[in-house]
Formats: sequence, structure tokens, C-alpha cells
Amino acid sequence: MAIDKFLVEASHIMMFARSVGDANPIYHDEEYAKRTDSGGIIAPPTFAQSSAQFDPDYFLRPKIGGEGWFGSGKEATGSKPSKDSGGGGGGAAMGLHAEQHFEYHMTLKAGDVLTATTKPGNSWEKESKRAGKLKFSESVTEYRNQDGELVITATGVGVQTERAVDS
Amino acid sequence: MLKENEIKVGDTHSSVLVEDLKRTQIVQYAGASGDYNPLHTDEIFTTQIAGYPSVFAHGMLSMGLTGTMLTDYVGDGALKKYGVRFTNQVWPGDTLTGKATIIEIRQEDDGKVIDLMIETTNQDNVSVITGNATAKIES
Repeated sequence: MAIDKFLVEASHIMMFARSVGDANPIYHDEEYAKRTDSGGIIAPPTFAQSSAQFDPDYFLRPKIGGEGWFGSGKEATGSKPSKDSGGGGGGAAMGLHAEQHFEYHMTLKAGDVLTATTKPGNSWEKESKRAGKLKFSESVTEYRNQDGELVITATGVGVQTERAVDS
Repeated sequence: MLKENEIKVGDTHSSVLVEDLKRTQIVQYAGASGDYNPLHTDEIFTTQIAGYPSVFAHGMLSMGLTGTMLTDYVGDGALKKYGVRFTNQVWPGDTLTGKATIIEIRQEDDGKVIDLMIETTNQDNVSVITGNATAKIES
């Protein structure tokens, strides 16, 4: 995955903060945010995950026209998910997110324009009683700002399970 | 930001992150994050095709909710690291409580920091997230 332009915008931050139950005014009130140390609206700690919005090929978003989307319509599923489109940030039908780690080098602010590059990390396998054979794979994403400075390093671990996890 | 003279190893902070998690909040997170995996929003696909009892929350929603508790405690722009393991799924109807515990106060090159252990549990006291964080403090 590579993202050429991830515009960090105040309205997107507001929507994201709402969705994680965060009423902190530093995420939506510009006048308040100006008076804080950061001098403006900043992004919540897990906001970088929403870079998926700026990945033109992100596979967990229905494409315009809806073709090939595996969610329900007339039938319980639209199509089969692609097997090899895993990656660290979740997964297809049997792919789940096992771990996520962020390292913050700078504070991410509204108005920043990020680029993101992702490289595969380690991969390993494990047996599990609840879901059969587990295949873990790591991906490391570096987010850089408009000045080329490293802002966030994100490491995701995805797991492909043999079957649905028993609850 | 937390002040060094006001904290000690073993201090904890906890809060209720969400009560009776609604499917609509999961939809809200899908829209904001851009992760539209039907496992989180499409009950028909998730029960009939994927074989789960219902839709369930994005791990990243649980991490985001836990992050709210964390930044409420350590302050804005204070986090240096935040990482979690998703240990159990979070379902509609769940009530989650997040807790951060100071495990170390130490010096880094650019100032004093604390290391925190994080755990988020559901209404049955089952852990759904375990993790760690490092945050800047004022010395």
C-alpha cells in the first residue's frame, strides 16, 4: 500500500473523534485548540488508521458501481473475497486484526498532508483451539508530513484464521 | 500533561468507554475510518456467510475508545507510543471499561516519560484489549 496524499482535515478528525466517543474539544473546536500547546486541532492517537480513505485501491471499501463487493445485497454475499488481499489492517472474510502499534514522532495536526508507505514485516504461524491454524503477518507503515518528516510509524498484525473464531 | 511530582508507579486511571455498544456506533466508525468490512456492519453477511453470531466491532474501534481514556489521562499530544493486542471480540451490547496503570517513570533523551500498561475489559470482565503506552510527562 502506498498513499500519495492523506489530507488531515478538521472535519474528518471531528467525525473520527465522535466515532471513538471522544468529546475532547481539541478535536473539533478550533478556538479552544488555538489556546492549547499544540496551537490548533490535532488528531486522536488512532486517527492514522483512517488513511484507508485515501488509498484508491483499499479493498474494504465498495468501489463506485459496487461491483465485486462481497457484502450482502439480494444474496447474503455479493462475491467471494480475494484471498491474497490481506495486509495488516484487518482483512477479508476470515482475516482479523490481531495487534496494532503506533509510535508518535510528532503531533499530527489538522492541515498536515501525509504520505504513507507500507512494507511487510515478519510473518509466523500458530495453532489455536478457537480458530484452527492462525497465519500472522505484520505490516509497517510510515507516515511522513509535507516537510518529509516522519510523524507516525504504525505496525499492524493481521491474522488469517482457518475458521470463524468461536466466541 | 501529567506532572512527575503528582504521580507514582502503580497509579491507575479507568473509565467506562462505552455502555451497551450500538451497531450504529460501529457503522459510525466504519464511515470515519473507511474500513467498510461487512463483518462489522452487515448482519446478513456476517451470520450467514462468515459464520459469526452477529456483526462485531472493528478492533480499531476498541483501540480508539481505549485511546480516548488514555489521552484523557496523559493529556493531548503526550503519547510517544501506543500499542495493543486484540484479545477478544467486541459485540453489539457490550459495555467496555478501560484502565491504564503506570508501571515505570523514567528518563528518555528528550525528557521524562511514563510507561503504562493498558487493559480494556467487557461487562463479563473478559479482556478485549491488552497493551502498553509511553507518554511524556512534565518533570
